[in-house]
Amino acid sequence: MYAYVARRMITGVLMLILMSMITFVLFFASPVDPGRFACGKNCSPALIKQVDKAFGYDKSVVVQWKDFAVGVFKGRQYPEDPSLRKSAPELVSDCHAPCLGYSQVNLINVTTELKDKIPISGSIAVAAFLMWIIGGVGLGTIAALTKGSLIDRGLVGTSLVFYAFPTFWIGLFLLEFPAIKWGLVPIPNYISIADGGLWGWASNLFLPALTLALFYMAGYVRMTRAFVLESMSEDYLRTAKSKGLAPRKVLFKHTMRAALTPIVTMAGLDLASVLGGAVITETVFNYNGLGKLAVDSIATFDLPTVVGLVLLLAAFVIVANIVVDILYAFIDPRVRLG
Amino acid sequence: MTQSESQIELLEPPPVGVVVEDKVAGVAGQSPTRLALGRFRKDRLSMIAFVVVAFYVVAAILAPILVKFDVIHPTALNPTLLNVDLGGVPNGAWGGMTWHHLLGLEPRTGTDLLSRLWYGMTFSLTIALTASVVAIVIGTVLGIISGFSGGIVDAVIGRMVDVTLSFPQTLMLLALSATGVALFAKILPGSQSDPLPNAVYEVLLLGLFGWPGIARLIRGQVLSIREREFVDAARLLGASRSRLYFKEILPNLWAPVLVQFTLIMPAYISAEAALGYLGVGIHVPTPTIGNILKDSVNYSQADFGYFFFPALLLAIIVVSFNLLGDGIGDALDPKADR
Repeated sequence: MYAYVARRMITGVLMLILMSMITFVLFFASPVDPGRFACGKNCSPALIKQVDKAFGYDKSVVVQWKDFAVGVFKGRQYPEDPSLRKSAPELVSDCHAPCLGYSQVNLINVTTELKDKIPISGSIAVAAFLMWIIGGVGLGTIAALTKGSLIDRGLVGTSLVFYAFPTFWIGLFLLEFPAIKWGLVPIPNYISIADGGLWGWASNLFLPALTLALFYMAGYVRMTRAFVLESMSEDYLRTAKSKGLAPRKVLFKHTMRAALTPIVTMAGLDLASVLGGAVITETVFNYNGLGKLAVDSIATFDLPTVVGLVLLLAAFVIVANIVVDILYAFIDPRVRLG
Repeated sequence: MTQSESQIELLEPPPVGVVVEDKVAGVAGQSPTRLALGRFRKDRLSMIAFVVVAFYVVAAILAPILVKFDVIHPTALNPTLLNVDLGGVPNGAWGGMTWHHLLGLEPRTGTDLLSRLWYGMTFSLTIALTASVVAIVIGTVLGIISGFSGGIVDAVIGRMVDVTLSFPQTLMLLALSATGVALFAKILPGSQSDPLPNAVYEVLLLGLFGWPGIARLIRGQVLSIREREFVDAARLLGASRSRLYFKEILPNLWAPVLVQFTLIMPAYISAEAALGYLGVGIHVPTPTIGNILKDSVNYSQADFGYFFFPALLLAIIVVSFNLLGDGIGDALDPKADR
């Protein structure tokens, strides 16, 4: 067990290293001149050179990647120049470990920038996750139990419709009509629990989380339905029924347990991907989370932020993969980790 | 099915021109394809979905011809039909719906919405189709090689799958679009405003991020196919690797490939719309469902028809493709209980 976890974690770290290399080559070896964008509008060639030097853009991609990797573990300074540090310490910017770079557009360390956004994206993700898991698995089970009936068809059909309309369209519809025109729900505006209390936080999250949840719910309804139906046709279920178990016990102890195992995998990976920011939902509702940050920093060619985001999101997915695999061993008795 | 029955069936071959399943449903002696086709035809919902998809595809193919013969006008402006005082919203109910303009007009330009959507469908479907082909070809080839070779090749392809899946797809597509499109604009012949570089970028990137799921699935299938006798026989006869891959194994994979294709198509049609909203892909004046929606979502209150129809059109084709994919999957799966 421990050996397995250790092995998976080493693989995960190796994957992150590989992905950071790919990301660096893709972004910093591109025709976009990062120093040119960092420098701003009124920029002379001499100034660009100075910026390039301060942030290391004049070095090769390999060296830049090495500096970045060192920064993640040890922190770094901009510019890396001991003499300047001594003569004019106010000109040197510190970036403590884990340093993911410095955003010249927002004039802030990328790590700090990301840290500020994580609670916002995390709130939407968790609220949406709860909605779609409860709604999706619940409705999917109901659909499976009433297979072929009007309820079943209605549920599957409705979920397909919500899946088919684009997320941004549903989000804007919810924003424009129930919130702005009819005033049924508050117009979403992120408030942290510390500022607005639990109710303020949750009521403002309702629409963005619903938008995101509706998209995922569709898939979960269909998947849960399929898995429950599959496990209902198994032999052990006939055994459970014929030995006289209460229907509720058959459903929860025997059917659902087998049906939910594959759902756990999907849920873990989907949660990881929405934790990294729902680009479209955050753009629609103007929530300043990781997804909106991504869109904004791409628009301003803020490469350090983009690279930081890509790696953070990749780390979420890699960690989620490991967690899901370990969880699997606990849920599914057939899986033994070697 | 008893043996004597099937023997009778063998003794009396059906006369030419008579459809077998009309006589006795599911008789032995029909090919699996034939059986699947029979199952598919009996599934009313799938048949409706098939008709809708066929209708859209034919319409999309006809659109460029209709534009050439001036039947539909996706770029003709009608400024006289707009209400200048209301910021260029069309006169009349439902966005200026008349017999001449069945779905009304586009605000600000006054182009016919039906023409734009119709012609836009051609571009959207072409992008989705080519991206699906790219993803399926890469996924199938790598899946076959991975499953058949095993060992280090399998491990390398497996890690490639993991790494690709860990990249945040939407973010990467957004982030690389400026440099990617510039690159393709340089390579490909044509003018600056040509939609081709944008389209090529979108297709290639969607395909490059889309293949891992298909490769995993195909690999799983190949693992069982490669143990079958005919593969051993071919190998003993001295068949080359490429013959084994593409002449022996590939023909056995058409069922999962077809199902994957019909499920990845709607996903890419949706993706084109979502990316269009984020500003990636073909830009106006060339219409696509994505860039029409990008504009139309701003008019939810001012012009509900313009807000609603493009999304509805998209939703119908996405639902139909999904139902078609499900139907084909069920029909090809002999275990599907119905």
